[in-house]
Amino acid sequence: MADLEITPLNALHRELGAKMVPFAGYDMPVQYPMGVMKEHLHCRASAGLVDVSHMGQVILRAPGGYAEVARAIEALVPVDLLGLGVMRQRYGFFTNEDGGILDDLMLANRGDHMFVVVNAACKADDVAHMRAGLSGVEVEEVTDRALLALQGPAAEAVLAGLVPGVAEMRFMDVGIVGSEFADLWISRSGYTGEDGYEISVTEDQAEPLARALLAHEAVAPIGLGARDSLRLEAGLCLYGHDIDTTTSPVEASLNWAIQKVRRAGGDRAGGFPGAARILNELQTGAARARVGLRPEGRAPMRECTPLFASAEGGDPVGHVTSGAFGPTIEGPMSMGYVPADMATEGNELFGEVRGKRLPVRVAKLPFIPANFKR
Amino acid sequence: MKFTEEHEWLRDEDGVIVVGITEHASEQLGDVVFVELPEVGKQVTKDDEIVVIESVKAASDILAPIDGEIVEVNETLTDEPGKVNDDPQGDAWFFKMKPSEPSQMDDLMDEAAYKKYIG
Repeated sequence: MADLEITPLNALHRELGAKMVPFAGYDMPVQYPMGVMKEHLHCRASAGLVDVSHMGQVILRAPGGYAEVARAIEALVPVDLLGLGVMRQRYGFFTNEDGGILDDLMLANRGDHMFVVVNAACKADDVAHMRAGLSGVEVEEVTDRALLALQGPAAEAVLAGLVPGVAEMRFMDVGIVGSEFADLWISRSGYTGEDGYEISVTEDQAEPLARALLAHEAVAPIGLGARDSLRLEAGLCLYGHDIDTTTSPVEASLNWAIQKVRRAGGDRAGGFPGAARILNELQTGAARARVGLRPEGRAPMRECTPLFASAEGGDPVGHVTSGAFGPTIEGPMSMGYVPADMATEGNELFGEVRGKRLPVRVAKLPFIPANFKR
Repeated sequence: MKFTEEHEWLRDEDGVIVVGITEHASEQLGDVVFVELPEVGKQVTKDDEIVVIESVKAASDILAPIDGEIVEVNETLTDEPGKVNDDPQGDAWFFKMKPSEPSQMDDLMDEAAYKKYIG
C-alpha cells in the first residue's frame, strides 16, 4: 500500500489522542478521546473543529477574469456560475455524458478568479477533468494550504474573537481576510447542517490557528466519525456513497442545485455533460429518488441494506446508501434510493438486516432543521 | 471472573453464569447504539452468534462463550444501549446462562491471562 499523506495538523491530532485511520489516501483522525457520539452532540450544542485539509483546493483563472472561468466551467457543471455574486459560493457537481455525477464541489466567485473545493478521493481526477475540459483556463491546485471547518452555534463568536468581520458574513459568503494567522480564505458554510465556517489557511499557520480555536472552551476537535453522522442528520450527500457516476442529480434529489437558467427554456439551458438526460428528468421526473429513511426500531440500517416493498417475498426495490445512528435525533437514520412512486414521506418499506425485514419509513430530509445564518 | 478471546467476561453466581463484554471491548467498539438480546430459554452452543451489538462504527456479534441455556437477559440494554460503555463489567451484563458443561469454564482465561492477551 502506498504511504499515506498527512495534513499539517497530523502531529496535533496525535497529541490530542485521536484514533487515526486511512481515509482517501490520508492519515486522518476518525475520533478523539471524547468519542463519536459526544463529539457530534458537542458540535450541535457548541462548536467543533474538523480537519478537512485532505480536500482539494483549486484556483481557476482566465485572462477574461471570473466571467470567462464561469462560462467555461458551466460546460462541466449544470449550475448558474455566471450569475453567482462576487464573494459568494454555490454548490455544484461535475456530470458525465450519462448524466451521472463525477464529484460534488463548492464553487466560489472571488472577484477576478474562481476558487473550488473538491472531495479528497476525487481531486486528482477532478483536476485532470478541469484541465482537459476548460480551455484557456489556468487550473492551479493549491497544495500549501490546510482547510479547517469550525462548525456549530458557537462558531461565530469564537472565530469573530480571532478574525474581525466574520460575524457579518452570511451563509455561503466567502472572504479573503488578513489575520494574525496570515491570509485566511473563509466561507460561511460547512457539512454539518450547523452554522459555521470553512477556513483555508497556509500550512505553517494551520496548527497555530487550530490551537487558538481549540483554546476556547466552546470548541472540541471533531473526527471523521462524527462528521459523517452530522452530515447524514443534515441530509447531505457523501460522494461515492449517496451519489456517484450511476446516480443522476435528479435521482439524487439535487434539483435545487440546478438553477432555472440552466434548465430547459433558460438562457443557458444545457450545455453540460449528460444534459439531455438531466433536463428531461427535471421535466418528467426520474424513475427513482434519494430519500431519507427512518427505521421504526432501534437497529441502524447501514449502507447496502436492501429495501423491499413488503415484509415478505418480492425483489429489492432499492437500497440504503448511508446509514447510522443519529445522536441528535436519538435514533437510526438512513438515506437511500427507492422507486419514485414509493418516495412519498411516510411510505412504509422494509430493510433487510441480518436476514430479517424490519419496517422503515420514508422521512423528510434533513432529519434535523438546518441552523444556517441566511 | 473468566475471560474469552472474544473479549467477554463470565462471572459464576451460584452456578448461573453472568456474561458481558470487557472494558477493553467496549472502548474498541465505541459508543454502543443498539443491542439485540437472545430469547430466554434458548439453548445455545459455544460460538453461536447470540447477541448483536451496533456501535456508531459497525455491527458486531457476541458469541456464546460456553454451551447452555439462556435463563435471563438484561432488558435495560435494549432501551439504554449506552450503558455498555458506561459500566461494561458491572450493570451492563448481557445475559445469564445455565451451563450444560460447567467444565468448559476451565478452558477460559483468568484476569491475569486476559490482561496479557490484550497486551
